[in-house]
Amino acid sequence: MEVQKIINKEILEVQNLVKHFPIYTRGIFLKKQVGLIHAVDDISFSIKRGETFGLVGESGCGKTTTARSILYLDQPTSGKINFEGKEIITIFSSKNKEEKQKLRRKIQYVFQNPYASLDPRMTVADIITEPLTIHTSLPKKELYQKLYELLELVGLEPYHAERYPHEFSGGQRQRICIARALAVEPKLLIADEPVASLDVSVRAQILNLLKDLQQKFNTTYLYISHDLSTVRHLCNRVAVMYMGRIVELAETQELFDSPLHPYTKALLSSIPIPDPLAKKSRIILPGEVPSPINPPIGCRFETRCIYKKDQNCIKYPPKLVHIGKGHFVACEKTKKP
Amino acid sequence: MNKELLRIEGLKTYFDTWAGIVKAVDGVDIEVIEGETLGLVGESGSGKSVTALSIMRIVPSPGKIIEGKIIYKEENLLEKSEKALREIRGKEIAYIFQDPSTSLNPVLTIADQLLEVILAHQEISKKEALEKAIELLKLVEIPDPDVKIWNYPHQLSGGMKQRIAIARAIASQPNLLLADEPTTNLDVTIQAQILELMQNLRKRLGMAMILITHDMGVVADIADRITVLYAGRVCESADTKTIFYKAKHPYTQALLTAVPSLALRTDKLKVIPGNIPNLIEPPSGCRFHPRCEYAIEKCTEKIPELIEIEPGHKVACFRALEINLESPLGGAKNN
Repeated sequence: MEVQKIINKEILEVQNLVKHFPIYTRGIFLKKQVGLIHAVDDISFSIKRGETFGLVGESGCGKTTTARSILYLDQPTSGKINFEGKEIITIFSSKNKEEKQKLRRKIQYVFQNPYASLDPRMTVADIITEPLTIHTSLPKKELYQKLYELLELVGLEPYHAERYPHEFSGGQRQRICIARALAVEPKLLIADEPVASLDVSVRAQILNLLKDLQQKFNTTYLYISHDLSTVRHLCNRVAVMYMGRIVELAETQELFDSPLHPYTKALLSSIPIPDPLAKKSRIILPGEVPSPINPPIGCRFETRCIYKKDQNCIKYPPKLVHIGKGHFVACEKTKKP
Repeated sequence: MNKELLRIEGLKTYFDTWAGIVKAVDGVDIEVIEGETLGLVGESGSGKSVTALSIMRIVPSPGKIIEGKIIYKEENLLEKSEKALREIRGKEIAYIFQDPSTSLNPVLTIADQLLEVILAHQEISKKEALEKAIELLKLVEIPDPDVKIWNYPHQLSGGMKQRIAIARAIASQPNLLLADEPTTNLDVTIQAQILELMQNLRKRLGMAMILITHDMGVVADIADRITVLYAGRVCESADTKTIFYKAKHPYTQALLTAVPSLALRTDKLKVIPGNIPNLIEPPSGCRFHPRCEYAIEKCTEKIPELIEIEPGHKVACFRALEINLESPLGGAKNN
């Protein structure tokens, strides 16, 4: 019982997170704010210890902004983020350097593009040991021992340590990024589209690696992707975002088997299935994502929804409602399954 | 019905770089039948795009077509003069590029870009051409075509831009459309819209299409036949159903199993070990042998020829008939 409790404990809790980016007119002195980009608008979710939580959505829906806000790389406009029981926005915005550093050690980030996230002038050894020298005071000998352990862990050879990033392929670079993130044994690893820029055959290698490493260290993952098939492969629970809001959240199997929100349904049906004989019942959404500067007042999906809408949809934003078995959905029309 | 439109034989396109000669396309054979969609599948660097660029003879420098034949309507395009080729490019064979934000000219309106193509191949007045351009925009389902035609590319979204690129490609009703990863940069819901549109247009205008992609899902959906490329050579070529259910080349098989799929959930993805080979010094013999689990000594020495093992099913593997590959989709369905 006791163990179960710890496993199910939430490691990260995001409450009513909002991030708006102001838009200014040109000019230095007469800068005037002319609008707001509603990147993330009032989202709440929590991640359990040891699980892989997926954040899915199309480009511009606020996945990356959410992740960046958790690490305070973008300062959230409002909201609360609890990490291991502590409110971290106040810690990050305070001047307590020591506390901030402790937090940053516990949350690590793997970026989308391994060609941009590695310093081209540093050797692999420098890159991987940098977080260790910042966060720990290991003697040099142990530092190098750790480096070779990490290289082996992510499937690279010891002689790779003295090389520079340009000598590696995309897949190998992503392995370096993963080794760097794991060096300080983080509690939460944010993986922001880690396989989006990789080829199919290499993609499978990295996905398997992420899975193996999680089993080994029991790290919690926040996995961000637009690719639903990799999400299904990797995640325990998934949240679907549309225009800065979560429209549906459920366990992976539940979400893929019985999606309820019309957007999730359309999203799932748009993925081409690699089977020529698969049944195709494609829902093609009309139109495009509206501008995040002037989003629809009510339901954000109202402009493209295939359901018959009423005044409620247009006027009031639907709330994310629990409908049982950990399945949440934000749609007036599908409150009852 | 089964009239051949395009046949490529032994095409070799090399790039002479400071590091050495990159053999991007090294002996590719492809056939396209009138009115069909051929899926050209492979990972990056497999030579898909270079093959398509070679058909139009617009391979960027330092690339050169070294050898081979590209026979379009019984004429070899590689022997034609530049002037004769201009009559074919855009009119007979059209190209849709991967990234619509770089293939459209940012300083010209949509009208300018469409009129340019229409007037280049048809002798009509500007006014008629403009009407035709609006007609084309309607065809690619752009809302308010008479307004949108005066927009610049930056005023349109990615999906809309790709529709414009499609409109421009089909402006003079080509017989063959080369679509180079037309939906790779788009979101899935928009991708679904564009694929549906291209499919409908192809049927309506009766053109053949070569669809270049790395996404097995996309080809499963719209291709009639598939040719799989690896490191500049053809591995396997067959109709879509055969490729997915009765693949004979280990690489095709590996490609199918490496994709995480919505239809099948496995605990662990099957991995193709190693990386895509360097094309300056490609592996000897079969180019896939260093990554192939079925490789024997012969594979390291001799290059396997593309052999027809069944009518319409060609494989380049010495062991194609010995080894028994099981489709990840389960046994062959025959319906």
